[in-house]
Amino acid sequence: MSARRTGRLGRLTASLRTARVKPLVPFITAGYPDEPTFDRVLAAIAAAGCPLVEIGIPFSDPVADGPVIQAASQKVLARGMTLARTLALAATAHRDHGLDVVMMGYLNPILKFGPARFAATCGESSVAGVIVPDLPPEEAAGLRELLAARDVDLVDLVAPTTDPARLVRKVEQATGFLYLVSTTGVTGSGTAAADTLPDYLTRVRATTDLPLYVGFGIATPQQAGQVAALADGVIVGSALLRTLTGDRDGAVAAATEFLHEMAQAVTSAKGTSR
Amino acid sequence: MNTSSIFAGDGPGRFGPYGGQFVPETLMPCLHELTATWEAARRDPDFNTELAALLADYSGRPTPLYRARRFERSCGDTARIYLKREDLNHTGAHKINNCLGQILLAQRMGKRRIVAETGAGQHGVATATVCALVGLECTVYMGEVDMARQAPNVRRMKLLGATVECVTSGARTLKDASSEAIRDWVTNVATTHYIIGSVVGPHPYPAMVRDFQAVIGIEARQQVLDRAGRLPDAVIACVGGGSNAIGIFAGFIADPVDLFGVEAGGSAAGHSAALGLGEPGVLHGSFSYLLQDDDGQIIPAHSVAAGLDYPGVGPEHSHLKDTGRVQYGSVNDSEALAAFSDLSRLEGIIPALESSHAIAWCRRLLDDPAAVARLREHAGDEQPVVVINLSGRGDKDMDNNGGES
Repeated sequence: MSARRTGRLGRLTASLRTARVKPLVPFITAGYPDEPTFDRVLAAIAAAGCPLVEIGIPFSDPVADGPVIQAASQKVLARGMTLARTLALAATAHRDHGLDVVMMGYLNPILKFGPARFAATCGESSVAGVIVPDLPPEEAAGLRELLAARDVDLVDLVAPTTDPARLVRKVEQATGFLYLVSTTGVTGSGTAAADTLPDYLTRVRATTDLPLYVGFGIATPQQAGQVAALADGVIVGSALLRTLTGDRDGAVAAATEFLHEMAQAVTSAKGTSR
Repeated sequence: MNTSSIFAGDGPGRFGPYGGQFVPETLMPCLHELTATWEAARRDPDFNTELAALLADYSGRPTPLYRARRFERSCGDTARIYLKREDLNHTGAHKINNCLGQILLAQRMGKRRIVAETGAGQHGVATATVCALVGLECTVYMGEVDMARQAPNVRRMKLLGATVECVTSGARTLKDASSEAIRDWVTNVATTHYIIGSVVGPHPYPAMVRDFQAVIGIEARQQVLDRAGRLPDAVIACVGGGSNAIGIFAGFIADPVDLFGVEAGGSAAGHSAALGLGEPGVLHGSFSYLLQDDDGQIIPAHSVAAGLDYPGVGPEHSHLKDTGRVQYGSVNDSEALAAFSDLSRLEGIIPALESSHAIAWCRRLLDDPAAVARLREHAGDEQPVVVINLSGRGDKDMDNNGGES
């Protein structure tokens, strides 16, 4: 394999590491719970000091997601959210809120949209990276190439079940950051395992110097702090979406408080930064 | 850009461009383990002996090939019509063929828990049955809509000791039950094997389930040779995910026999004709024809037959459609209901609503002068011979037959 060509996300995560910043990376489904509230949550994410946001492309059948993100997807789809509109919201997040955006979405809407058109629009929308949870590296070469041509990184996922040989092959092509799925299961389980995480991270670190961002099952500031002590970044999704209930002002206030607490827990974590 | 061209296309488990392994990373190692276990088992005489014994002594194979003379007469005596009686298997459908194979693989992998999805409940019952047979824990996911319309099978699964999880997300039918089963599997992958009930899902399932169902076609080919003295002119099977169809087609795919796959045309409320009206896409782990909207969201399927009520189809069927080896068509809910009633009254055989689609297609074929002419030409001087896969029995459908009684 030729030398990795790092895109926008790779340069960003490298500079964060140089600056010794471990980011909290909030995930939010595009346009959830409605577009005005979504925009205010993006502002709150930026205000909490998060440089990166993960924006979810809604899909009707998200098999890696638990009930919270499933329901969020259903809700925005029922309001007419599309992939084109999701990409427009990503551009807004960058332009209006100064956030760098990682898109997370299942393969079928991307296939239907057209992979080349998707990659081009990601590039035009200043998207830094793309995560496709149902696209394993064996099938990913085509999309990876299309995205790389637009300076966008395709993020690889590692799971606790990933065996050593597979891990080595994976990190060879990975760029941006390595997304460590904290636990076997779907999003929103709240069960990130603090006891097995150190060994898991050590095992992965032995194979790569890529930044390791950990997601799935991280719901509380305490968990976020524990993970941040070991990882380079902490991803939180379902727990943020759970705060977005009730009237708009109340939802934004709850999300703002949650983001502040989580970001503080991540920033103040002591541990093995690299 | 052609969507399929972004894939390598030479990955494992491809049927032309279709198939592949589109699942979360957590499951990839487990698919590799399953593939290796299956590859070893199919070459292992002990495995094949054990499976053959179960198919014979436990499920009652070989299933008969029955000539349906009164049904022939009602179709104008234009063809000899044989029914492959998969409804006479233990548990009442072809599903047990696959479940017996997979439960032996689960034991070889040391799994202690099984999950499955079910639509009509036939696969759920077959899974619950084989779990009882070997003493493994069993959880079956079933949509709320299907639990209501296939209540007898829910009771059977519970009696067999399975936990039936009611799925209330999405359309609350087979698609959503499949998604929930995958979520359970992702969570419990270390201890759990997922017995997929059709030729869908990531590799190795489509090829593995086909191999376990090929017994239908292998038997049927020999039986029709014995009975009719020659190969049939046409073989007809219903297609949801497509396991009974792939199973019977497997026996005739290399022969000069017309193969017909019949999808559910549904009603004004919708349909399940992924091959007829869908476009290729990725759902539940493989690239195949799929009912989807302009934004790549899955469109809920509709059929009176819960087992056909699925927006996708097995990837091998997609390939067989593109190559033209199999002709796919559809019949609607009311045609299937008419066939359900017809076969019951004419032959004393109550077919599953799923299988009723294949019966209805046969009637339509024999009502079509052009199709009959083609069959006659194919048959030479003899009366045309048609084989229909009667994939399951219809007792489960007694409360859900569109008001017939």
